[in-house]
Amino acid sequence: MRFSGFKVVKEALTGHRGWKPLWRDPEPQGHYDIVIVGGGGHGLATAYHLAATFGQARIAVLEKGWLGGGNIGRNTTIIRSNYMLPDNEPFYEFSMKLWESMEQDLNFNAMVSQRGILNLCHTDAQRDAFRRRGNAMLLAGADAELLDQDGVRAMAPFLNFDNARFPIKGGLLQRRAGTARHDGVAWGYARAADQRGVDIIQNCEVTGFRIENGAVKGVETSRGFIGAGKVGVAVAGSSGRVMQMAGMRLPIESHVLQAFVSEGLKPVIPGVITFGAGHFYVSQSDKGGLVFGGDIDGYNSYAQRGNLPVVEDVAEGGMALMPMLGRARLLRMWGGVMDMSMDGSPIIDRTDIDGLFFNGGWCYGGFKATPASGYCFAHLLATGRPHETAAAYRLDRFARGHVIDEKGVGAQPNLH
Amino acid sequence: MLIPHPLLGPRDAQEFTYLGDAALMQRPDPQAGEAAFADYVFQRDNPAGVHRELWYHEYGDRSWLVVTRDTTTHEILGAKLARNVKMGLPE
Amino acid sequence: MNARLSGGLIDRSKPLSFTFNGRTLQGFEGDTLASALMANGIRLVARSFKYHRPRGIFSAGSEEPNALVTLGTGARAEPNTRATMIRLPEGLVARSQNHAGPLGFDLWSVNDLAAPFFAAGFYYKTFMWPRAFWEKLYEPAIRNAAGLGRLSMQPDPDSYDKGFLHCDLLVIGGGAAGLAAALTAGRSGAEVVLADEDFRLGGRLLAESDPLDAATAADWVAKAEAELRALPNVRVMPRTTVFGVYDHGVYGAVEEVSDLPGAPLRQTLWRITAKRAVMATGATERHIPFRDNDRPGILLAGAMRAYANRWAVTPGAGKVAIFTNNDDGHRTALDLQAKGVNLLGVIDSRAGATPFGDYPIFAGGRVTGTSGRKGLRAIRLSWNGREEELSCSALGVSGGWNPNVQLASHHRGRPKWDESRLAFLSHGGPEGLLPAGAAAGEGSTAQALASGQAAARAALEQLGTPAADTPLPQGEDRQIRTEAFWHVPGKGRAWVDFQNDVTVKDIKLAHQENMRSVEHLKRWTTLGMATDQGKTSNVTALAVMAELTGRSIPETGTTIFRPPYTPVSLAVLGGGDTGKDFRPTRLTPTHHWAKAQGAVFTEVGQWMRAQYYPQPGETHWRQSADREAMAVRSAVGLCDVTTLGKVDVQGPDAAEFLNRIYCNMMGTVKVGKARYGLMLREDGFAYDDGTCARMGEEHFVVTTTTANAGLVLRNMEFARQCLWPELDVTLISTTDAWAQIAVAGPRSRELLSRVVDDFDLSTEAFPFMGCAELTVCNGCPARLFRISFSGELAYELAVPARYGHALMQRLMEKGADLGVTPYGTEALSILRIEKGHAAGAELNGQTTAQMMGLGRMVSVKKDSIGAVMSRREGLAQDGRRLVGLQAVDPQQAIPAGAHLLATGAAQTMANDQGWVTSACYSPHVGGHIALGYLEQGEARMGETLVAANPLQDQQIPVRIVPAHFVDPEGDRLRD
Repeated sequence: MRFSGFKVVKEALTGHRGWKPLWRDPEPQGHYDIVIVGGGGHGLATAYHLAATFGQARIAVLEKGWLGGGNIGRNTTIIRSNYMLPDNEPFYEFSMKLWESMEQDLNFNAMVSQRGILNLCHTDAQRDAFRRRGNAMLLAGADAELLDQDGVRAMAPFLNFDNARFPIKGGLLQRRAGTARHDGVAWGYARAADQRGVDIIQNCEVTGFRIENGAVKGVETSRGFIGAGKVGVAVAGSSGRVMQMAGMRLPIESHVLQAFVSEGLKPVIPGVITFGAGHFYVSQSDKGGLVFGGDIDGYNSYAQRGNLPVVEDVAEGGMALMPMLGRARLLRMWGGVMDMSMDGSPIIDRTDIDGLFFNGGWCYGGFKATPASGYCFAHLLATGRPHETAAAYRLDRFARGHVIDEKGVGAQPNLH
Repeated sequence: MLIPHPLLGPRDAQEFTYLGDAALMQRPDPQAGEAAFADYVFQRDNPAGVHRELWYHEYGDRSWLVVTRDTTTHEILGAKLARNVKMGLPE
Repeated sequence: MNARLSGGLIDRSKPLSFTFNGRTLQGFEGDTLASALMANGIRLVARSFKYHRPRGIFSAGSEEPNALVTLGTGARAEPNTRATMIRLPEGLVARSQNHAGPLGFDLWSVNDLAAPFFAAGFYYKTFMWPRAFWEKLYEPAIRNAAGLGRLSMQPDPDSYDKGFLHCDLLVIGGGAAGLAAALTAGRSGAEVVLADEDFRLGGRLLAESDPLDAATAADWVAKAEAELRALPNVRVMPRTTVFGVYDHGVYGAVEEVSDLPGAPLRQTLWRITAKRAVMATGATERHIPFRDNDRPGILLAGAMRAYANRWAVTPGAGKVAIFTNNDDGHRTALDLQAKGVNLLGVIDSRAGATPFGDYPIFAGGRVTGTSGRKGLRAIRLSWNGREEELSCSALGVSGGWNPNVQLASHHRGRPKWDESRLAFLSHGGPEGLLPAGAAAGEGSTAQALASGQAAARAALEQLGTPAADTPLPQGEDRQIRTEAFWHVPGKGRAWVDFQNDVTVKDIKLAHQENMRSVEHLKRWTTLGMATDQGKTSNVTALAVMAELTGRSIPETGTTIFRPPYTPVSLAVLGGGDTGKDFRPTRLTPTHHWAKAQGAVFTEVGQWMRAQYYPQPGETHWRQSADREAMAVRSAVGLCDVTTLGKVDVQGPDAAEFLNRIYCNMMGTVKVGKARYGLMLREDGFAYDDGTCARMGEEHFVVTTTTANAGLVLRNMEFARQCLWPELDVTLISTTDAWAQIAVAGPRSRELLSRVVDDFDLSTEAFPFMGCAELTVCNGCPARLFRISFSGELAYELAVPARYGHALMQRLMEKGADLGVTPYGTEALSILRIEKGHAAGAELNGQTTAQMMGLGRMVSVKKDSIGAVMSRREGLAQDGRRLVGLQAVDPQQAIPAGAHLLATGAAQTMANDQGWVTSACYSPHVGGHIALGYLEQGEARMGETLVAANPLQDQQIPVRIVPAHFVDPEGDRLRD
């Protein structure tokens, strides 16, 4: 079934009787060519691209709970390609281009909204670093603009310009950045993958890998053994737990990141704004809720919830930057478990086990990467070669000294 | 969170800075080579469950503690002075 | 205006005026805004989120989905406030929100006519063509229509605070169960905090007509409160909402300190650490969806009872009906009747239900529709096979009660279905949180009192405190029988979630489209996502979905709640740490002196540092900075460098310890000498540098960069305690203990000679990189280091911090004839770029010793942090090197952050060869210079490149030169 305005009108006039399930709930088959572990954004996007872009068939996505229930359903929905390092920026710009055509590709409105992201700077040194980053973005074919204080004021006059502990000096603006409706992305990929024959199997937890002679033969699941030619793991937040079943240790720690949404308000914030002197970033959803967040809690956690100090820290940042938010109310807060990698950058690579591939380590930036991560992981699974924009995301880069450390804080995951 | 400091009693976790797995105390012998150091610096067990980890009482007495904590519930099972742990001393 | 009923807990001797949408109205002390509006006959108070349906007051508590208003005016305007929770003060200004045009004629209500097009999830299926129209047309239209209230866009003018409380027992909720728990624990001597969101303790007791012992419930509550307040170990906190449960017994709470505009304190954020807590949070009534069940005048039956008993008001001037599936609905009927309300009767879904008093009952009946556009006029009753329309001005709906288990879910515990109570009870909640009363499904007053006491006793026992004997009053002990009747099937729209306009049909559509898991249902339809977080809708929706899937409720799923329990203002979460108070401000010892000189300051982390000292006639900062830099090169300058981190390292193993901390050899430094040192992280990258001075055989002074003062100490403590505790060494930060002033320039020695006490400053006696302890200015203890950041003959002189200001004054005074000049961070930066010293931009955590041209410093003769990993292939083969850059046209500024490309090369990432780290105009060179990292930079001296800054449309030709623009041989600093 194709979605369109016409279809919506027709169904409205005929009592909505014609809407079909967005995806099937198939029983798992005994064997697939490719099994993707993890029915989150990256897993579903991988399955979609395997089927739609790389012509693969007999694909299953195994999801422990409900599809889209991991970090794709609990992030702050920001999309952007404003990275500095050459091993990152082309990948995220590739992702941005995929975002720009996503709705037409998937025939699903994921509400990709390019309302821009404005990173504020508060010192000369920060501005210089932004200049380096903005120029790197332009060299990679992305868009970037450097604003001075007046430029920022024109865009966001409500910021604290007059009584700030750390005055706003300017900002780096990427107009093509913005937000997307996170659940819609998962649903769009799931529906499009399902339409192309991918079996999405919910409530199917992987409990082990069957590995014979150094090669993966399939996965043990809560619904029985499922054979597989290749297995791709995309289980951000649970990477440590899952790969441990294959006997692997990873350059990853699991940390909790909290996110927040306010009550609905009439439009306040134009795009995404990030504070450069504290931990606070914010955008406003189409429903009117301010969606905001800050730093990770900072200790290893699989608990999907955080603690008050970070809540207070984020609110302090918000109030320092936007004192007009004082009477807005926090409606809901929640936590997601992040794969914090040792250099803050992700991994899309084969493993030492034949046929077992790994995608993870996205830190708290996995959402924006969803389309390219799916594309590049599918490329690797289908062709055996890394996609050119993801070629640096290798597992052995740490031992070899080719780390991709945007922040320059080294092997301490909670600082990335 | 409250950290049961062995010298100072329960202290708010906000007084502490977190580092990570207590295995970071087991620095390889300098002769052990790059591979051993790469493993030490970059690889983690990252367990879902009981985790021995390092907290630094930065806004307190500047002790490093080895805290045993469950990463799925955040329950703290104990805390010792890292120095004593490293030297094999009693509490 | 509806006549007030008799009785109630309002003070009729204290009338209060307030306005709603500009109309001046009267209420009484004790009213909420909701009860006062009701007393004034106002039924239409709001519009729904999506369809802009007319809405009235639906509840009497914090679960209110409909009656959201904007309070106050100007910068104090506060949107989305629940009228049911606002204690009415004199002069309150309230307005309705989320409508275009007057509340009664909302233009956006056309959405309601178009409702068939706006079914659940419709926006995922359309607005995709043409692509560019989403941001330009569709989305702005959606955004403008969406949202609820409006922010003032002015800074919040009120004050907020945060505080910490510690107690044995936190009692959450001051109803029957909470009071019983607090009395029991309080009399036993435990430290108790009793918090309740209402402005009056008593909870549901205030809404009921039943006595406790012989007294009215309100009298008993007043007595209990008086006793609790008299106990020194009990803190009673009304208007305090416990909004979240965090780890290890930490609870977040917000106290409404004052609702008066301009009060010294508006709200306080409390972090309450409790050994145990009693969750006596009561229960919330469910409604029963039926066609057009959202009209003003349709309320929860229990709320109707509360309005009658506590506030002496009724929501309709005419007849009132009750629709129930349980016995509690009848209790409302009886209470209303006792107050003289004209009762149409009770429609009880249960066939064979009998009345509890003298009123008509429609057993087995259903409400199948309503009429009345802006307020209920009539209901449609289906009963005994007949359908009839009955005139009626208010309808109370009771679908049973949901225990308020939200807090118990905050650690992701999933509530468990209790089939006998037809309710979810808490399960797997946070350790130490004990549910009691209606929150535990113990709904009668007698049960609530007993279970509150039992919870307190259990907590006391766990804490080892003997429980004092605390007799409880006699309360009613009705058994409430409820039927599992979840909604009235039929045509039309039956609302489940009022605020987000989610109907039974939407749930059916979600089911049809395979959005069947609870989370998919919520996210597809937005059910339970409104400001009430589904308090009145979640369980009902689950029951409807269960019916559709043919499974039981527990098989269908459960519902989990996240903090906060009710919405919390961002201002109070920030706790007042805003504006200039966002972060602490650290001042250098010479700050006030610099200020008096007219210095301009800049933020350096938390420090404020003098950036430059403008002199008369200087109109641009560069004039000042250039003058200051030239003064250092030609005479002598003074700069406060106290902000650099200082760590005192002492002990027999200090030398060995520092050998392991620094990548270069440090243990061999002679007493009385200092050495430049570089620190690596264990991953082999450089992260900090500074000097290390050996003051004695077992005593070193380490300096760090300003930014890394804390980090270096942390890492050194890690090495000392966690890696090598066998080394006998101690560390202490002395950053704040010593004021340190750089005295730099060819005449620095001469100036210093005028302040030191009997100290030989000659190069022979005190050479470059010398250090010493001495006295200055007739006996002031001091430390002197002959180190240079500028490349000139230079010293840093440290005195105890309290003498910093005086030392600066003395040096200025003594150096007047030498041309002494204070200089700030701008000149400091120029001087160090000219000398090619790395600072933050070069030492940014992504660079190596080798890249900085210091590769040979990493000693291979000893082990040190990071040495092994610095030799990894990726680092060893990195060919980028620090170089100097000189603008080909000396007057063209080189932008820091520009990338280095071959002249004429296309501006692509493939052609990127490096970047500019720091840049300045060099008064010494007489042109613009810079530092940068460049591929194979060492081998490319003299080459011309382009510093490309496409971000600002600049292409600056630059020549590669060594990174020493001044005195490359270092003669000056050794002079």
